[in-house]
Amino acid sequence: MAVSESQYESGREPASEDEESVEARVGWRYTVARIKRDTTARWGLYIVTVVLFVAVYAVVDSNLSRLTFGVASDYTFAQLLPIFDHPTHIPPPGEGTQHMPPYFPLAEQSWNPLPAGGTIEHPLGTDHTGRDYFTRIVYGTQVSVFVGLVSTFIGLTGGTIIGAVAGYYGGRVDDILMRLVETVYAIPPLILIIVFTVFVGGANIWYAVLGVGIAFIPVFARIIRSRVLSIREMDYIEAARAAGVKDRNIIMRHVVPNSFAPVLVYATLQIGVTILIVAGLSFLGYGAQPPTPDWGQMLNISHGYMHSNVWLSIWPGIAIMITIMGFNLFGDGLQDALDPRIED
Amino acid sequence: MSSEPLLRVENLTTQFFTETGTVRAVDGISFEIREGEIVGLVGESGAGKSVASMSLLRLVENPGEIVGGEITYKGETIVGFEEGPDGERRERDDMLSNEEIRTRIRGNEIAVIFQDPMESLNPVFTVGGQLREFIELNRGLSEGEAKTVAIDMLREVGIPDPEQRYEEYPHQFSGGMRQRVLIAMALACEPSLIIADEPTTALDVTVEGQIIDLVDELQAKYGTSFLWVTHDLGVVAEICDRVNVMYLGEIVEQAPVDELFYDTKHPYTDALLNSIPRPDRTVDELEAIEGVMPEAIDPPSGCRFHPRCPDARAVCKRVHPDAKRVADADGEPHRAACVKHDVFDVGYDESPPLEGAAGTDRAAAGDVDEPESIAPNPASDESGGEGHE
Repeated sequence: MAVSESQYESGREPASEDEESVEARVGWRYTVARIKRDTTARWGLYIVTVVLFVAVYAVVDSNLSRLTFGVASDYTFAQLLPIFDHPTHIPPPGEGTQHMPPYFPLAEQSWNPLPAGGTIEHPLGTDHTGRDYFTRIVYGTQVSVFVGLVSTFIGLTGGTIIGAVAGYYGGRVDDILMRLVETVYAIPPLILIIVFTVFVGGANIWYAVLGVGIAFIPVFARIIRSRVLSIREMDYIEAARAAGVKDRNIIMRHVVPNSFAPVLVYATLQIGVTILIVAGLSFLGYGAQPPTPDWGQMLNISHGYMHSNVWLSIWPGIAIMITIMGFNLFGDGLQDALDPRIED
Repeated sequence: MSSEPLLRVENLTTQFFTETGTVRAVDGISFEIREGEIVGLVGESGAGKSVASMSLLRLVENPGEIVGGEITYKGETIVGFEEGPDGERRERDDMLSNEEIRTRIRGNEIAVIFQDPMESLNPVFTVGGQLREFIELNRGLSEGEAKTVAIDMLREVGIPDPEQRYEEYPHQFSGGMRQRVLIAMALACEPSLIIADEPTTALDVTVEGQIIDLVDELQAKYGTSFLWVTHDLGVVAEICDRVNVMYLGEIVEQAPVDELFYDTKHPYTDALLNSIPRPDRTVDELEAIEGVMPEAIDPPSGCRFHPRCPDARAVCKRVHPDAKRVADADGEPHRAACVKHDVFDVGYDESPPLEGAAGTDRAAAGDVDEPESIAPNPASDESGGEGHE
């Protein structure tokens, strides 16, 4: 039945217009281009970039961290900026004579009326111990972003491994893993994390991050698993098995890369959620501990001083809101950009 | 036959244990593949062709299991069973371990070309990268060497401009081109046997023709044996040396290709041939085979084809025929599993035809009660005692 002449196809078939545009709708460069075209996604990207920049800046600039942890009111925001003529030496905490005790009772508040801000020294005022509030907010970015990224990474990695293994092997492995995961899923995350941190050794930002990561493993595991269930039926998985590829390599090289797009989107959205949850934990006293400035913990402390200076509660709230909004907008945009079916 | 064949399958039985019952997907098939030979495995969808071919690599997925039979490849036991001390069936000691199968047999000795070239390549990696990785893995070459081999293989299977196409992704290839890549992948490790699981079904006929020519050419060059799984008798006639026809998990006819086409011995093969257009025959209308293939979960009694068979007689309902040598062609056996041949000697000629045999469904055929079938009779005993040749 074969045609008699063995004429090979020409090398590059001219793909039809339609096909080409669908095919072109995948790929990294195209994704970036789509994000740039989408206004909300673009703003998300801007916000995320600024937040990340500030977070990195807070790590590099040692002056900032001294200012943040220092307790004397005369270490000011202005000292950060070279345009103001200031003595460059900033004594580290514990040195010098002027700093105040790290904690003083509420009754003594009147002794140090909290500056309301609006000055070049303290654009956002100072907190109850006289530390510059703006630098603390800036430093808090680092904590929040770090917390969001690390705990999402823990959830993502754990969830991907569990979901991919459960989905790929199926049967009893799937049953056992998924029932375990669902057990974790059934417990409200905040309670789970609080119990976890208390159980492993008390309030500590590391435990909180780990706890949040674990609490979100189930969500990622379920998303990955459902993708893997369809991916594993693909012929290229069967072909890899027939070629003698190890199961571990099949999962890492073939199953996970093809199941990853929806999880990536979810992870971006999840960063915002984890920041919020850790802020909540810190507010409740289970997350970051003083003197580390964390937005949630700053909210916790500042609510005792609401009558003196309500702004102390508002600024961390705004910081949290902007950061989460950035990640959410970016996540939404990424979702649209990665979905080739959505037209611009 | 001269020497030990490359691959010998004896009485292979693969079953799927589902909640609704045991599906006997492959029910005791025997065949062999010699070196440099293209052997066809033909049958309708659901006949068990793919399960049979995947059993050769022990790639049957849960809930499926190879429950019996023996597969010998180059003297090594891929599948083998024996009776344990407690009378339980157990795997033989000389059976290759899963690890050995994976590292030595799959890819290196027996490669597979799958049906759908669109789905057989991973969309997230370049074509060249996948081919290279496969060669690296199975031949233990360095990355640079493997790349050279990969590009050579792409050129070998007729992909123009292989250096450039090496860097491209599967979606930039057409179906025919992708099938060429898969053939390159299968040939890359110079296996002795390639299982081609309906490799041209997803392609249009012109491309199919090109691929078949390519396989023919490469087969002559490398001397690789092929197990060609297909439902297309036209392709079989074109390419195969010997053919096995499967129906409902069993091989019903086994013969060299010319013999099968010109001296058909089984009514099912006859029916298949009548249902396709043939260049050597002119008919007004093609005959379809009546009815559909029954489920392998509850196969008909006796000959499994009898509810659809135009030649069915009462005896066909009772006697289950195994494939027996019914003729010879140039020293090759021609086996068929049909009691109308004299070797079976179960009284086919005296048996009355089944009422409305062909065209009635299995349930209706089951209602036609024969006095003999109620009482135990010598014929059915005989069929029970019948073994393989």
